[in-house]
Amino acid sequence: MAVFEVPRKATAGIAAAPAARRPRLRGALASGRTWVGGALTTLVTGVAFLGPFLAPHGENDIVGAPYSDSAPATLLGTDYLGQDVWSRLLAGGTWVVVTAVLATLLGMVLGVAAGLAAGYARGWADEVIMRVCDVILAFPQIVLVLVLLSVAGPERWLVVVVVGVSHAPRVARLTRGMTTGLATREFVQSAETLGESRTRILLRELLPNMSAPLLAELGLRLTYSVGLVASIGFLGFASDPSAADWGLMINENRLALAVQPWAILAPVLAIAVLALGTNLIADGISRAAAGADHTEGASS
Amino acid sequence: MSRSAAEAAAVPATIMSRRREARPAVRAWTRWLLRRIGLALITLWLISLLVFAATHFLGDPARAILGRSATPERLAALRTELGLDRSAVRQYVSWLGGVLTGDFGTSLATKGPVSALIGGKIVNSTVLVAVSAVIIAPVSAVIALVSARRRDSATDNVLQVALLTTAALPEFVIGILLVTLFSTVVLTWLPSVAVSWTGSPWTDPVVMILPVATLALAVVPYVARILRASLIEVLESDYVDMARLKGVPEWSAVARHALGNAVVPAIQVMALQLAWLAGGVVVVESLFLYPGIGTALVDAVRNRDVPVIQALALLIAAVYVVVNLIADVLTILVTPKLRTGVR
Repeated sequence: MAVFEVPRKATAGIAAAPAARRPRLRGALASGRTWVGGALTTLVTGVAFLGPFLAPHGENDIVGAPYSDSAPATLLGTDYLGQDVWSRLLAGGTWVVVTAVLATLLGMVLGVAAGLAAGYARGWADEVIMRVCDVILAFPQIVLVLVLLSVAGPERWLVVVVVGVSHAPRVARLTRGMTTGLATREFVQSAETLGESRTRILLRELLPNMSAPLLAELGLRLTYSVGLVASIGFLGFASDPSAADWGLMINENRLALAVQPWAILAPVLAIAVLALGTNLIADGISRAAAGADHTEGASS
Repeated sequence: MSRSAAEAAAVPATIMSRRREARPAVRAWTRWLLRRIGLALITLWLISLLVFAATHFLGDPARAILGRSATPERLAALRTELGLDRSAVRQYVSWLGGVLTGDFGTSLATKGPVSALIGGKIVNSTVLVAVSAVIIAPVSAVIALVSARRRDSATDNVLQVALLTTAALPEFVIGILLVTLFSTVVLTWLPSVAVSWTGSPWTDPVVMILPVATLALAVVPYVARILRASLIEVLESDYVDMARLKGVPEWSAVARHALGNAVVPAIQVMALQLAWLAGGVVVVESLFLYPGIGTALVDAVRNRDVPVIQALALLIAAVYVVVNLIADVLTILVTPKLRTGVR
């Protein structure tokens, strides 16, 4: 938890750095919504990672007639090929969760780095970085992702990269805004006066003071990543078309919603619960960061 | 976008302090407008570069079309046919020249002109987005007003949780849940897809209900949350308090003093959401098989139809730039403080 420590060294006696963030994050934990969100996220993530080991059938085993809702030895019936929906549900979450997390982390790192650099350097570097961001921002995320996937195909690493890149300018804008606000504060100026290196000022003085809003942004970006990664599968783009994947399962079975609803609703509900869980966590953190936690404290 | 609005407010402030009398109001306003339009044009040009580069350098369209087993001779022949043997700069210039004259090239899948392929779909998508926007704006405003007026009440809390839940869900999840509820499993009131539908949107408006409802549910949470926040700020401001203290009736304090000042965030958030809808239609159209630019883009990506991808990506990004330009101009026009600032 060293990240959350207030940079004390340079500021002692000159100007107090902004209030410690520990209580604020604790405020997020005091909120009922954060706990519900955490429980939902843990549930789905648990299914995604443990599921493949618990699945009663192989993800490509044919266990009955296609679109049967009462095939023997199946819990949720069979899908368009006669594969077990329950087994594919258990096996199909890993890809969504891992990709969403990796893409989110990549987007946060890129965005925070660009935003810090732009907001602290100002001048032409700021202009160039933010202009690039403006250009990327002109594309709705799903459009950018589709265009970039179109040429090289839906390879897994590429999905991580393009979803991450589509997040980066949005994170960069937020970070830049906070950086320009903090850069003129006394504790940063005193660090500059003391001759601390730029990197050190960025990473040890500025970054820790944005941790709460950035954590909230991380949660929000994770929610969107889940949606984007699942949407890619839903639109029928997959690097391995036979593998179980929640987004792809919806695409494969969509015409049978009236006949065998579980083949679609099971993965839809899994994605919905995951997205909802991460969004509730993000909301809990951002409320706590904004100091609105007192309203939460009253209700929980 | 908000950056440029902020710049507009900041830059003229120095103009004003130095020589307010010397500069006629109209000239400062025209200069701001020209600068803003210039910025939009530069962004559009950079967007065209990005679209071209992304589709040009990231892979080989000829190989993408023919597949991995293609012979070198066939690849070379197709490259010549597509003009891919020219230098990248010449290809970009000829593509951009075509775009500026309304010629988006030839579709690789249909062998016909791209403009003919997407023209009708643009109309369909525009209708879908326009109908959605007409529903989204008032619904969001009412939710925000109810929420802000009774802040932290039970109604507000229920609305907040509902908005938070809907905001988290990807569009296709919302859409599938709506289809499950209204047109297949639970009830069968509405058609679930527009697949048999070949006419224009106004010949069979019933097929529009579920796509519009999905888009509305995806967008209303964002608009309503931002409007609620700005309304709360305005309702707790000194001038609304002042109006109340003067004995102005509450409805008048809200309608005449508060709403007007919440218009700017409303313009900005609606612009952002309109621009988002231009791309948000991709998933929703695919779900309902609605024949618009969204399904066209997905088909083009599936067929690696590069000219169609380029045209649609450029178009969707251009919508963002233009809508934001209009929003910034409207913001200046409706804000007395910024308006006098520009002067």
